Amino acid sequence: MEAYFNLFVKSIFIENMIFAYFLGMCSYLAVSKTVKTAVGLGFAVIFVLAITVPINFLLDNYLLKPGALSWLGDEYASVDLSFLSFIMFIAVIASMVQLVEMIVEKFAPALYGALGIFLPLIAVNCAILGGSLFMQQKDFAGIGESAVYGLGSGIGWLLAIVAIAAIREKIAYSNVPAPLRGLGITFIITGLMALGFMSFMGIKL
Amino acid sequence: MSNKKKNTTKNPVILFVAKEKEPLFSKKNRALLSDPLDDNNPITVQVLGICSALAITVQLKPAIVMSLSVVAVMAASNVIISLLRNLVPNRIRIIVQLVVVASMVILVDQVLRAYAYDVSKELSIFIGLIITNCIVMGRLEAFALGNGVWKSFLDGIGNAAGYGFILILVAFFRELLGSGKLLGYQVIPDSFYEMGYENNGLMLLSPMALITVGIIIWVQRARNRKLIEKN
Repeated sequence: MEAYFNLFVKSIFIENMIFAYFLGMCSYLAVSKTVKTAVGLGFAVIFVLAITVPINFLLDNYLLKPGALSWLGDEYASVDLSFLSFIMFIAVIASMVQLVEMIVEKFAPALYGALGIFLPLIAVNCAILGGSLFMQQKDFAGIGESAVYGLGSGIGWLLAIVAIAAIREKIAYSNVPAPLRGLGITFIITGLMALGFMSFMGIKL
Repeated sequence: MSNKKKNTTKNPVILFVAKEKEPLFSKKNRALLSDPLDDNNPITVQVLGICSALAITVQLKPAIVMSLSVVAVMAASNVIISLLRNLVPNRIRIIVQLVVVASMVILVDQVLRAYAYDVSKELSIFIGLIITNCIVMGRLEAFALGNGVWKSFLDGIGNAAGYGFILILVAFFRELLGSGKLLGYQVIPDSFYEMGYENNGLMLLSPMALITVGIIIWVQRARNRKLIEKN
């Protein structure tokens, strides 16, 4: 239980998707103009990450890894399909995003309208594929850990995008040097926030 | 007589259009290559492809390898999608694009593993993340789906070069200021260190990549004022 909790905290704060790995920056920069849409997109990302990471964990362990096919019989034990992992992971992610899109369209049409093009773009949000690839690299012991990791990194992403959206709403009232307006200042603020988040790196878990 | 005349003045069936042939490097085509380097840079103006860009800019070498991989993937996938553009139904185009890009990335990944294993280890998951690099998908959606093969090829090369340009610029400053080296060779002479010069370790950490890009955007927009945003 403690291990799960440690992993959860670690994936939210210490290994934050945005501040430590810059994953999902495109939608992070594009959808962070208002807090409301940022929250919507953040929850969509949490949902997709929490589902796809465990599914991809199963795929990786029972299909792709060297020796993963041994449950089929001894003659398959030496098969290594890991070069297929990119394409399998992205296929799972694309279909999950389609599912989320249909759910959101049915139950929250206002949110669907607000998210617009960015909902299908979750499929190409690097944070999602990054979560699965990190899961593969970290070699988690069980499906529970990978689910916790997916959930945690999603929450970390939500935290980051909501924070930047709130700052950008306020910064609209300040006098930023003209060439820095918009994108430039957002980058610099994100850099400063990342500096702040680095203080979590000292925590040993 | 009149009947015959009527027939001849009727619009003839056009079998062959003698379209003026565009030279391979016409002005428009050259603009496709050069625009993304500055006025329409994928990173600083279109805001695409930042995702995997920043984490690998600590040193120059992985940044260069990454840029070359993106050039290869973008040129190839732009050409393939442009060839397929009239065959793919609109509804499933995203999946088709993903599959094409993913196969290209797998090729690049396998080549890197075979010939440059240490760099491939260093880039870890970020080669895989080219698949979801928004710049690849963005250009496929915005350009390759509606344009011919040669133009798409140029657009792919141009945009990937614009992306690589920023990547290499950021990596240059980070490696120079952070560890006093370029491509692994020390460029700041020892006498500087004896005089009390210190490497700025902060440049090696992730936040400074963001701030470096912010400053590049600042410089670019101060020079090129039509890019300034309204608010």
